[in-house]
Amino acid sequence: MQMLALRSDQMIKAEQKPIEEILTYLDPYKKILLSGCGACVTVCHAGGEKEVSLLASSLKMARNLTGKPLEIQEITPARQCEPEFAEEIVEIVEKTEGVEAVLSLSCGIGVQTLARFLTKTPVIPGVNTVFMGETVSHGVWEERCQACGNCLLERTGGVCPIARCSKQLLNGPCGGSSKGKCEIRQETDCAWQLIYDRLKSLGQLDKLREVIPAKNWGTESRDKGPRRIVREDLKI
Amino acid sequence: MLVFIPKIVAFCCEQSGVPAAEMAETLKLSVPANLEIVPVPCAGRTETLFLLKALERGADGVIVFACHEENCQYLIGNMRAKSRLLYAQNLLQKIGLEKERLEICNIATNSGVKFAETLKDKAIRLKELGPNPLTRINDPLAHANVGIKE
Repeated sequence: MQMLALRSDQMIKAEQKPIEEILTYLDPYKKILLSGCGACVTVCHAGGEKEVSLLASSLKMARNLTGKPLEIQEITPARQCEPEFAEEIVEIVEKTEGVEAVLSLSCGIGVQTLARFLTKTPVIPGVNTVFMGETVSHGVWEERCQACGNCLLERTGGVCPIARCSKQLLNGPCGGSSKGKCEIRQETDCAWQLIYDRLKSLGQLDKLREVIPAKNWGTESRDKGPRRIVREDLKI
Repeated sequence: MLVFIPKIVAFCCEQSGVPAAEMAETLKLSVPANLEIVPVPCAGRTETLFLLKALERGADGVIVFACHEENCQYLIGNMRAKSRLLYAQNLLQKIGLEKERLEICNIATNSGVKFAETLKDKAIRLKELGPNPLTRINDPLAHANVGIKE
């Protein structure tokens, strides 16, 4: 079996919150732990080790300028969204004297994992989790999946109409598609143009004749609340 | 009389800034007194963090000497340095520091005169801006750059 040297945990894309907003959240504190995450947010340059150092330096300077110095301890675990790593962070917080809050540059999942374990210390988000997507080129990321719960990609040539069609149409383009572009945003490719081109190059245009039924959002998506996956064989 | 002599950190690309500095030295051109030259293999090696850390640790101004555009041995190192500098300037503005403390200068190997003149100009502009407020706030009496007799 050929092994590819690729990370599998890099699908979530995030952006750092405006520093003014972060400073507002940190106003009551004198010492914090700034935790990045070595997974998705490292790949999209929002919360990896580098971004942790950069933000720590900026925050320290900003607070010094206002005469309210902020002490920052930095850490970037391999992942923040798994209990093993969260427990390590909890240990650091407990052993480090005076840490009043944790500023987390991981995605919203990591923040919540940490909050679950850190019962008495506030966990503040430093990034906005934006979407699940692909690195199109250096510094450019685009949405590719909305975790709808029932993947249609086999029928659409590997192009997702839920994530990439502005109107989430399942059976062809709307009337606004023009020259392969979306009417909602001119720089966005029309997902159905991409689907047509892809199926044509695969010699599978006949797939367009199959009608894709409306999705059952009630059972497939989160309309019935947060979803949960349980694998009995993996439980300890 | 006590005067303020700005501390300048100059990140110098080894393909352009460093030879230009050596040329200035050969020509016996004067450069500002409180100057620290940091050689880097390419201007593109200058991380955004380096620029911020220099200011955080008391520099009054930072300058990156990079190769001329479209003349980088490593293709786009000079352009990367420029992008990072712009990003850092944007950050400085948000935290309340003058973005003018950071700048980039494209320079050729044999531009010893330009190297010296650019630094002199920067020192003059930094004198107008005044000392890095971070140093003043941390310890008003210990500012390394104030108190040197001219």
